[in-house]
Amino acid sequence: MSAVDLDKVTLAVGNATVLSDVSLAVDQGEFIGVLGPNGSGKTTLIRALLGLIRPVAGAVAVLGRPVRRGNPAVGYLPQARSTLPTTSLAGRDLLAVSIDGHRLGLPFATAEVRREIDRVLDSVEGRELAERPLAEMSGGERQRLLIAQALIGKPRLLLLDEPLIGLDPHQQQRVVEMIRRLTRSLGLTVLLSAHELNQLLGKIDRVLYLGNRRAAIGTVDEVIRPAVLSPLYGAPIQVVRADGHIFVMSHGRDIERDYAHGHSHA
Amino acid sequence: MIPEIFAYDFMIRAFAASGVVAVVAGTVGYVLVLRGQTFAGHALAHVAFAGATGAAWIGAAPLAGVLVFTVGAGTIMGLLGERLSGRDVVIGVVLALSLAFGILFLRLGNANAAQATSLLFGSVLAIAPATFGWLLALAVATLSVLAAMGRPLLFATLQPELAEARGVPVRAVGTVFLALVALTVAQSIQVVGVLLVFTLMVGPPAAAQLLTTRLGAGLALAAGLALAQAWLGIVVSYYTDWPTGFCIATLSALVYFAAVGLNRRNGRGRSATQSQPVPPIV
Repeated sequence: MSAVDLDKVTLAVGNATVLSDVSLAVDQGEFIGVLGPNGSGKTTLIRALLGLIRPVAGAVAVLGRPVRRGNPAVGYLPQARSTLPTTSLAGRDLLAVSIDGHRLGLPFATAEVRREIDRVLDSVEGRELAERPLAEMSGGERQRLLIAQALIGKPRLLLLDEPLIGLDPHQQQRVVEMIRRLTRSLGLTVLLSAHELNQLLGKIDRVLYLGNRRAAIGTVDEVIRPAVLSPLYGAPIQVVRADGHIFVMSHGRDIERDYAHGHSHA
Repeated sequence: MIPEIFAYDFMIRAFAASGVVAVVAGTVGYVLVLRGQTFAGHALAHVAFAGATGAAWIGAAPLAGVLVFTVGAGTIMGLLGERLSGRDVVIGVVLALSLAFGILFLRLGNANAAQATSLLFGSVLAIAPATFGWLLALAVATLSVLAAMGRPLLFATLQPELAEARGVPVRAVGTVFLALVALTVAQSIQVVGVLLVFTLMVGPPAAAQLLTTRLGAGLALAAGLALAQAWLGIVVSYYTDWPTGFCIATLSALVYFAAVGLNRRNGRGRSATQSQPVPPIV
């Protein structure tokens, strides 16, 4: 049974087709890096796997079953929003209201709830985050808290939407290594979307590259090649390897870096 | 011996009514501040002015008019949801229009200036026994619904995307909450009037959020501060003969700025108001 199974899937946002006739499978226990230029459908794919948008065509299955919204087997970390950091609430309370958050009633911190919060915080080595106000946390601490939150209820598939955004390289390294470790120790399948490949090198099992309404999945050596990437960018691509880093270039420019900083030359 | 202040039925009713309303306003206001929707609460209070004066003009009970107008407007705002966010100008225009209709209804109903003043600034010393009964019933209803939807409401408030993925009907929860805000505004107006609802619904909760990082403690503190302000305001008003609304509003401002000062001294001032820079997501 695959953790994720896309069968001839077409996804659209409004009238714009984002993915067209894509088929792929992710095995259980894999750590997948989801890459691609902006608008290539990374977030859209994650939303489809959460059951938040329906495919225009094709079938999406998660852990052997058709997707459904609110599936407790799927943990999720949404793309960072600016609203969260300003709240002065403590980390523990943020997690407490999300446990059974869809059920009516008051969020009483029962012994069971406290144990579950302690368990997920321990798995990200962040027990001290429980009492800290969110507004005082660094970007790295906040992401660790949110990853802990995604682990509530022992999901088997984690969908992490741009968890490295806004972190410095050292923090990025730490978060990726932690996710890698969790993948192995908890037997999780992880899809992590990111802007840059290099932070993920040596940590991910395979890469899923999106672009131009298409998708390519495979090991880094299989996918990060001009023959595979050029159709995804709709432009001739060069791949330059230097000092353990890989640079995806178009007309001599590092396009990952360009996209990451918001000036695309489409 | 009973102090003189409790020797009058109207004073006892003022304490009872303002106490009930303050607890509701502090609690609902806590979530309102957490959601960053205080401007919506302000707008609903202005809509209430048109409701009250319109009801008086056609000979109905002002509270009934307030309820119809605020709950109606709150529900519409909730249903518009995201489309209304960042539309402060639209809300502002509707808000001004509501006040303008209020003036028209006052003229059409031949109301006097005292009636207008009591609507705008409250008249807690003139609450009729029947009105108190209604306030109590509304308070119980508001707090019951708030308690029933507490967890999904807070989840949707703090992490809307995650809540949506977990199956929380985020839009519906937001709409019901704005209806509760409308009910709370209707109750608060009886105590502090249309123009001063912030003194109970925003001041105490904002102070509470500066003073504690815990959710339960924050809710209790917001309700407690609102209650203390309301009661102390009435006492001060009784002995000075200054308007009750003025006394409550002044206490509200004092408590809020004291909380800001304490927050600064504890070294939290900067981080609590200055969010982390978020890189452009493009």
